[in-house]
Amino acid sequence: MARKKIREYDGKRLVTRHLKKRKGIKLGGAGTTDSSATAKAATAQVSSTKLKSASSPKSFYSALSEEHPWLLNTKLVVKPDMLFGKRGKNNLVLLNADYESAQQFIAERMGQEIDVSGIKGVLTTFLIEPFVPHEQEFYLCIQTVREGDRLSFGACGGIEIEENWDKVKSVVVPCGEPESASPIVREQHVYPLLADDGIPEHHKSTLADFITACFETYVELDMTLLEMNPLALDSSGLPTILDSRVELDSYASFKNAKVWGSDLEFPEPWGREKSEEERVVQAMDDKSGASLKLTVLNPHGRMWTMVAGGGASVIYADQVVQLGYGDELGNYAEYSGNPKEQETYLYARTLLDLVTHNADGGRRALLCGGGVANFSDIAATLGGLQQALTDFHGKLQMAKVKVFVRRGGPNYKAGLQLMRDLGNTLDIPIEVYGPDTNMTHIVSLGIRWIEEGY
Amino acid sequence: MPSLTQPSSAASTAGALFSRETTAIFYNYKRNPIQRMLDFDFICARPTPSVAAIVSPGAAPGGFQKAFFGKEEVAIPVYGSTEAACAAHPKSDVFINFASYRSAYQSSYIALKQQSIRTIAIIAEGVPERDTKKLISYANQNRKVIIGPATVGGVQAGSFKIGDTAGTVENIITCKLHRPGSVGFVSKSGGLSNEMYNVLARVTDGLYEGIAVGGDAYAGSGLTDHVLRFQSMEEVKMIVLLGELGGTDEYGVVEALKNGRITKPVVAWVSGTCAKWFNAAEVQFGHAGAKTGGEDESAEAKNDALRKAGAMVPENFDGFADMINKVYKRMVDEGDLQPAKDIKPPNLPQDLASAIKAGEVRKTTNVVCTISNDTGEEPTYVRVPISEIMSDHTIGDVISLLWFKTLFPKWATKFIELVLVTAADHGPCVSGAHNTIVAARAGKDLISSLCSGLLTIGPRFGGAVDAAAINFKTASDNHIPPDEFVESLKKKGQRVEGIGHRIKTAENRDKRVELLANYAKEHFPRMDTFNYAKKVEAYTLQKANNLVLNIDGAIGSLFADMLGGVGKYTDSEVMEVLELGGLNGLFTLSRSIGFIGHALDQKRMKQPLYRHPWDDVLYAEPERPSRLVDNDDSVE
Repeated sequence: MARKKIREYDGKRLVTRHLKKRKGIKLGGAGTTDSSATAKAATAQVSSTKLKSASSPKSFYSALSEEHPWLLNTKLVVKPDMLFGKRGKNNLVLLNADYESAQQFIAERMGQEIDVSGIKGVLTTFLIEPFVPHEQEFYLCIQTVREGDRLSFGACGGIEIEENWDKVKSVVVPCGEPESASPIVREQHVYPLLADDGIPEHHKSTLADFITACFETYVELDMTLLEMNPLALDSSGLPTILDSRVELDSYASFKNAKVWGSDLEFPEPWGREKSEEERVVQAMDDKSGASLKLTVLNPHGRMWTMVAGGGASVIYADQVVQLGYGDELGNYAEYSGNPKEQETYLYARTLLDLVTHNADGGRRALLCGGGVANFSDIAATLGGLQQALTDFHGKLQMAKVKVFVRRGGPNYKAGLQLMRDLGNTLDIPIEVYGPDTNMTHIVSLGIRWIEEGY
Repeated sequence: MPSLTQPSSAASTAGALFSRETTAIFYNYKRNPIQRMLDFDFICARPTPSVAAIVSPGAAPGGFQKAFFGKEEVAIPVYGSTEAACAAHPKSDVFINFASYRSAYQSSYIALKQQSIRTIAIIAEGVPERDTKKLISYANQNRKVIIGPATVGGVQAGSFKIGDTAGTVENIITCKLHRPGSVGFVSKSGGLSNEMYNVLARVTDGLYEGIAVGGDAYAGSGLTDHVLRFQSMEEVKMIVLLGELGGTDEYGVVEALKNGRITKPVVAWVSGTCAKWFNAAEVQFGHAGAKTGGEDESAEAKNDALRKAGAMVPENFDGFADMINKVYKRMVDEGDLQPAKDIKPPNLPQDLASAIKAGEVRKTTNVVCTISNDTGEEPTYVRVPISEIMSDHTIGDVISLLWFKTLFPKWATKFIELVLVTAADHGPCVSGAHNTIVAARAGKDLISSLCSGLLTIGPRFGGAVDAAAINFKTASDNHIPPDEFVESLKKKGQRVEGIGHRIKTAENRDKRVELLANYAKEHFPRMDTFNYAKKVEAYTLQKANNLVLNIDGAIGSLFADMLGGVGKYTDSEVMEVLELGGLNGLFTLSRSIGFIGHALDQKRMKQPLYRHPWDDVLYAEPERPSRLVDNDDSVE
């Protein structure tokens, strides 16, 4: 995946460090007490994993306050940090609290299942920050678009932004020549955004500096989204980031290892706990030159897929849903880019474990589909699947799984023959089709097996 | 809110990108895709191969790579830089970039800067978004077309094909891609393109041109760009579009249909209608750009918009082929489309490698190897995996495996290690070490210095070990009395190898010999050669007090006993091993350690060139000779 959301905690750490160290920007709130040399953001994280790894919650919190002394002498804000928004509207933000009550607020909610806009999830990560009294709120957003990056700014912000959308001014900053320096021009791009009546004249210079520096930070750290809502000026007129969202381009991680830091986390979206199987596949994907993807949708589903190709895998899922079997779809799975036989083997094993896990007497179908490959050696990729099916053949029989294969491409005849022979040897039903059969035909065959048993 | 993508003007104004004369510069040598391009060229009956040059970054000028063009082999020139390749091949206007995601940006940018390059295809998946955007911006300003990143490329049937597109020759012929059909096809996915070429060959007269724009969020050229190009290409009679959820590229086609810029029939399908089932989470599909995001970017919304704008949109992917067929038939019936004629492609000779794989031919090998294998998961030494060797084997075991193809008992491999330790270095004055030192001081590199020392090993230096082993073993096996053995050598004017020392005497024994002998007494099942050598020593000591069994003689005779004692070899087989030079190898291996030490030592001390002092040479020239006179001279 290219664009990945990161936690607010990490986003603020990255942005603060870069703004202070590289751009010489002074920030408000408790951040003012930090020297620019440490460039540490005034933000502290409390997560269930961190709590568990400490000997007691008490020792965790006292270590945390040693690292962040402001926790003890500043009024605090506490909120969940799990990639979902509208926290204020959902009564999940504690304002103007002391350290004691912050801890209590977290203790009451940690591990709780809640529903946010129809998506259920478990609260595991919170953020504590200084409570910064301020008068005016602003909105700042930088977002990638094809032509460059859209920079938006408005003299309004916070939870009412959606009602005040017309107050936000936008400009697209072209991404610039490959060899040119920073594409943003203060006078040309930033100042026009500050033309609003609601922005006091004496703050405009500070804001322009800040916005320009944020834009450069966004570019230099390969972000695809940087949103501050609200952004505020503290009592001494210094910019203070209250709420923020950051997305990074994970494709650029190879050149950002140092600036992103080794402790940066790419968490799962709200409501998605990664299963062990999904973690295994992701670890394989990260290491491999090929692409290996797995998302479990319904562990009790009857229809399972292991489809080759990023495009084809979507079409198979489409067809399953189209034919009314969306509820029974066990997973989304995709492998491509000529994976090695060993990789396909391990991948298929992980998947077969899921397919056969909840054997309940009912029939299941496994669709090993794919289009006509350009360069993947079909016999080699199916070789890995064959090995895995052999390992699992007892469990496959128990779970009444029938395997449907449809594939084409280099060396496909040998590969398909391999699968036909395998069905006979292992005594599991395997049906095999080549490129002359419609790609998604096996979906309806799978449904027929589940419903009618042939 | 994202605005609807405005089609970039580059592709549409550029019109046709490829023809039968198109040639490409191929960046980063890859054998298979290049060969597949040339195979395609051959069955299309192109007059020349479509790969004009290869850029291998940093390669020295003047090189080439071989590839088959039909039955013939051709040499494709290799250049060290894109600039050099473009300068030498100004007519090649396509750049096929097989660089990795790390270097794709830099190499693509350089290619875009070349005047002669009009189109570039970026294959790599994982190019950072900002890099892609900069390339797009530069390409748009300079009216160039980018296909990709994260793509397999594209193909113009019967003319030109990029890299791996459409796979093997078999598939190309099945899909009738060796001659132009009437359909223009564009999709994000490379895998599905090939699937669709198969479908098009079944339900229409085949493809005219197909492009996979790539699965990234920002494609260099989009679906709309290519649909507009197809509109302007006379040979394309109908357009097939396969879109995907995520992004807004399809809306460019919707706009163009609405405002009449596209008049040719368009059959379209946008995949990803399943996304609504995944609303509990943001599932990342296989393509980076395919995200279950906003309403507008959903497959349903895009299918609806296309349908409303006048495109033919099926109910689902299963119905796509029928829908394409229906439109095609109607066009043929109404005379809007003249079906392309089928052409029989020329026969392409099979590759030896694939013929062997298919079991159709066999071939004799030129080399046999019986000691190691590197074709499996991990290398093996005589079938023992290296990981196993690393965990519980020693260097003596490795020598045993690789030199003697057997795993000697521990006492034997330990003895081998003792020998390695003992013979590693005998000081700077022995001839081999001296030569190493002289070479190192002459500024030669480590390997040369080492070799200089090793080249002295032979009958006089180091050879004593070998000769001693063979002589003692032969005499012992043939039960020759020690005195006869010594005297017969003396008669032949040969020295008794392994006997005699500069300093050591019967009273002042060589400690190393004693230690080796003690080890052998404790562990060896037999010591007949060594015992024989001791008897010889007893005889020679009568002649002079320093004619003791020396270290060479001890190592030689004990090594013969070790081989005889491991229970694998007969006496004559032991002789065979010795005559092959097994023991010599052990000496060479061991002494290399010392030589390397001497070379490093000299270099570390920055010792200057060695020159032997005059006063250490006896200059003894004979009288100056006068030229010998030929006998014939007097006759003339």
